Amino acid sequence: MALLEMRGIGKAFPGVRALDRVDLSVEAGEIHAICGENGAGKSTLMKVLSGVYPAGSYEGEILYDGELLALRGIRDSEARGIIIIHQELALVPLLSIAENLFLGNEVAARGVIDWPQAFHRTEGWLRKVGLFEPPSTPVGKLGVGKQQLIEIAKALAKDVRLLILDEPTAALQENDSQKLLDLMLELKAQGVTQILISHKLNEISRVADRITVLRDGATVSTMDRREITEDRIIRDMVGRDMAHRYPERVPAPGERLLEVEGWTVLHPEEAGRVAIRDASFHVRAGEIVGIAGLMGAGRTELAMSLFGRSYGRWQAGVVKLRGQAADVSTVEKAIAAGISYVTEDRKALGLILEEPILKNISLANLAGVALRGVLDKRREAKVAEDYRRQLAIRTPGVQQKVVNLSGGNQQKVVLSKWLFADPQVLILDEPTRGIDVGAKFEIYQIMNDLAAQGRGVVMISSEMPELLGMCDRIYVMNEGRILGELSRAEATQERIMAMIMKAAGRAAGEGEAA
Amino acid sequence: MAQGKGIGAHLGGHLRENGMLVALVAIVAFFTVMLALQPQPVSFLQPLNINNLFLQNGHVIILALGMLLVIVSGHIDLSVGSVAAFTGACSAWMTVSLGLPFPLVILLTLAIGGAIGAAQGYWVAYWRIPSFIVTLAGMMVFRGATMWMLGGQNIGPFPKGFQSLSSGFIPDLTGIGRPHGLTLLLVAAGIAAIFWLGFRGRARDREFGIEPEPMALFFGRQIAVAAAVGFVGWQLASFRGLPNVLVVLAVLVVFYAFFTENTVIGRRIYAVGGNEKAAKLSGIRSDRLVFLCFVNMGMLAALAGMIVTARLNSATPKAGTGFELDAIAAVFIGGASMTGGSGRIVGVVVGALIMGIMNMGMSILGVGIDYQQMIKGLVLLAAVIFDVYNKSK
Repeated sequence: MALLEMRGIGKAFPGVRALDRVDLSVEAGEIHAICGENGAGKSTLMKVLSGVYPAGSYEGEILYDGELLALRGIRDSEARGIIIIHQELALVPLLSIAENLFLGNEVAARGVIDWPQAFHRTEGWLRKVGLFEPPSTPVGKLGVGKQQLIEIAKALAKDVRLLILDEPTAALQENDSQKLLDLMLELKAQGVTQILISHKLNEISRVADRITVLRDGATVSTMDRREITEDRIIRDMVGRDMAHRYPERVPAPGERLLEVEGWTVLHPEEAGRVAIRDASFHVRAGEIVGIAGLMGAGRTELAMSLFGRSYGRWQAGVVKLRGQAADVSTVEKAIAAGISYVTEDRKALGLILEEPILKNISLANLAGVALRGVLDKRREAKVAEDYRRQLAIRTPGVQQKVVNLSGGNQQKVVLSKWLFADPQVLILDEPTRGIDVGAKFEIYQIMNDLAAQGRGVVMISSEMPELLGMCDRIYVMNEGRILGELSRAEATQERIMAMIMKAAGRAAGEGEAA
Repeated sequence: MAQGKGIGAHLGGHLRENGMLVALVAIVAFFTVMLALQPQPVSFLQPLNINNLFLQNGHVIILALGMLLVIVSGHIDLSVGSVAAFTGACSAWMTVSLGLPFPLVILLTLAIGGAIGAAQGYWVAYWRIPSFIVTLAGMMVFRGATMWMLGGQNIGPFPKGFQSLSSGFIPDLTGIGRPHGLTLLLVAAGIAAIFWLGFRGRARDREFGIEPEPMALFFGRQIAVAAAVGFVGWQLASFRGLPNVLVVLAVLVVFYAFFTENTVIGRRIYAVGGNEKAAKLSGIRSDRLVFLCFVNMGMLAALAGMIVTARLNSATPKAGTGFELDAIAAVFIGGASMTGGSGRIVGVVVGALIMGIMNMGMSILGVGIDYQQMIKGLVLLAAVIFDVYNKSK
C-alpha cells in the first residue's frame, strides 16, 4: 500500500517554475530514491512534502496514509511522522547530544527538564543508530558522520514514519557512508519508510527499492530495483546518453613545472603535531595529477599550505617552479609565482555570494583590470563576458549575483577567477563536489583544456572513479604523508585502497609498539 | 528591445535606491507644508535653513563617510564621537595655548586622528579583537582624555582663520556680490557634471548589458536632482555663498564615491567585508585593509572634531557626544549591510541628510527633543526593516 502519494505537484516562484506536475508514490516500508540534476526540483519537492511550503501555496494533492494532507508548517508534518534531514545538519554544536536530540521536544514536565530521564532515553536512541558516545558530549566535538547519526536518532525520537534524507553522505567519507547505508537498511527492516535524495548512483543501487528520476521539475520515470542501471539513471537525469563520462584527451606532458620537496607543516592549533610530513611531488606541464586519499588524509591541508601558507605553520620544504625556488609564503606571492588554488568549499571560501559574477571573476587579479589603482570597469565586464562564453556559464548576464547560480555555474565562476589570474599550476580541490552530471563533464573538459594549454593541473578528489578517469598520475596520501604514486596504467580503485590500508595498518602497528 | 520592462517593474528592482530619494523628498515636502500651515507661516527652504543644514550636519556626513568604509569592511567604530572631541580639544589647545598657525594645526590634528585610528585598528586588524570592544574602550578612553586635556574648562575663542573652517564662506572671485557669482558658477558646473555622469553611466550600463532604467524615469530623476542642486545653490548664492564646509563636503563625497566604486583598494575593502576568507584566498591582505579603514576613520573623526570645535568656537569636554550613533544610523539608513560588504556613499549622504532635515524640521516645528529621539529611532528601524523585507522577497 502506498504510504505517500503525491499527484501533479506544481510550484512556481516569481520567474521560475520549480515544479511542474511531479508524481511520486512511496510504498510503506520501502526506501525510495529520488535523483536528478541540481535544479531538477528535488529540494523544492521535499519542502512541499515537509510543510515548508504550506498547503495552498502549491498545486496538486498529497495523500498520506490514504488521507488528503494539508500541512500548515514543519511542526505539522513532524506530528505526522514526516521528518526531513537536510544536507546541512541542523544541530547546535555547543549543546550536548541529549540536548540536541530533544531540542524543541524536551523531556520536561511543566517546562522543567527531567535530565536523568532525557539522558537515559538518549542512550536508548543512540544504541539504535549504533553510536556509542556519552549523551553529555557536545555535538561539535563529533565528526560529521556521527552528527549524521544523531540527526537520525533525533528523527527516531520523534516517532518517524517517513524519513527523508537529503544527500546524507555528501560530507561523509567512505566507511561512514557505508555505516549510514547499513543503518538505513536496518531502519527499513524495522518498518521506517525512507526517501533518499542522492547524487551517488552506487549507493542508490545498494539500498533503494525503487527510484524516481526528476528532470526540470517533472517526473521522468520511476524504476523498480531490478530495472536500475547506472546508464539508465544517467540517461533519464540528463535526457541524453552519457556514453563517455570523461572527455577524451591525449596526454602530452612536458617539463617539470611544479616541484615540492620535503614539505612539512605543523598543525595550526595543536602544538607539535605534524599535519603534513615530508611531502614531495611534482607536476609537469600539460599533466593532470591526482591526489587520492580518505577524508582527513591531509590533501586539502597540503594544498592550502602550499598556497601562501593558508593552512598550518610551515616547518620545512621547498617549492620550485620551472626548476627555480619560488616564494609562496603569502597568497599574493603564490599567485604571482603562478599557483592558483580552487577551494573545496566554494561558497565559504571561493565566492562572494552577494556580489555579481564579474566582480568575483576579477577578484584575484584586480591589477589585470586596473590602471594605476583605478578600475577599468569596461575591461572588467569584457573579461567576465569572455569567460562566461568560454566556460558556458549559464546566466542572463555577468551582473547576476553568484548566489543565484547553480552549483555547477558557481564552480565555473570560481574557475574563471583563477583562470584570469593566469596560473601555471592550478590546484583543484574537489572540483566537482555537489555538481550534477552534465556540469561535471564540462568541468572535466575545462581541466583538459588547461592541460592542453601547457598548464599543470592538480586534482584532489574523494571520488576515485573521477581520479582514475581524469589523471595521468595519482599520488596517494594518508595521515599527512604521500604514500606513493601510481601511473594511469597502474592505478585502480583496489590498488589505491590497498596502499591506504597498508599504511594505516603500519601506523596502527607503530602506535602499539610505542 | 531592452525597454521591455516597465517603469513599475524597474522601480521594484531598485526600490531601495529610489526609495531613499523619495523618502528624502517626502520629508522635505512634509516639513515645508507643515511649516507653511503654522499660525505664523515659516518658509522651510529659506536660505538660512539650507545654510544651517550643512553647517550643523557637516560633521555627521564626514563621520559617516569613514564609518561606511569601516562597516563595509565588516566592523564598527563606536569611538568616533570621543575621538572627535579629543582631536577638537587638541586643535584648540594648539591654536590657543601654543599659538600655532592654522594650517599646521589642521595637519597635526589630522595626524593625531590617524594615529588614534591606527592604535585601535591595530588591535582589530592584527589581533582580531572584536572592533565593538576595541572602539567601546576607545570611546571611554578618549572621552576621559578629552576631559583630562581640557581640565574641565572650555578652550576658546579662536582666531578668525580657525573659525572660518566651519563658519566661513568661499570668496566671490567674480565680484558680482549678491547673488554670489562664484557660487552660481560652481553650482552650474555641478549640474553639468550630474548630467554628464548620468549619461555616461547610462551608456556604460547598456554596454555592460545591464538593463537600463526606463528613459522617463532616468530623465525624471536627473532633472529632479539637478533642480534640487540648482535650488539649493541659488538659495545659498542669494545668502552668503557656499559655506566652506559644503565645499569640503563636496570634495570628500566625490572622492570617497570614486574611491569606493572605482579603485582597486576600494573594491578589495568590499570583498573583505563580503567574504573575508574568500578575499584572503584571492591574495587580498584583509588585515592591512581593515587597519587602513580605521586610520581613515580616525582622520575623518579629527576633521569632524575640528569643524565642530570651530563652529562652537570653543572646545568642550562634552563635545561630540552621540556623534558615533548619528554616523552609524546614517550609514544604515543609507542602505549598508549590517554584516559588511555592501553600502554606497550616495546612500550614506542621503541617510545623513534625512537625519539632519528631520532634526531641523522638528526643531523649527517645536517638537520636543524627547519626541525627536523617538522618531529618529523609529526611522532608523523602519529603514532597516524595509531593507531586510526587500531582500527576503
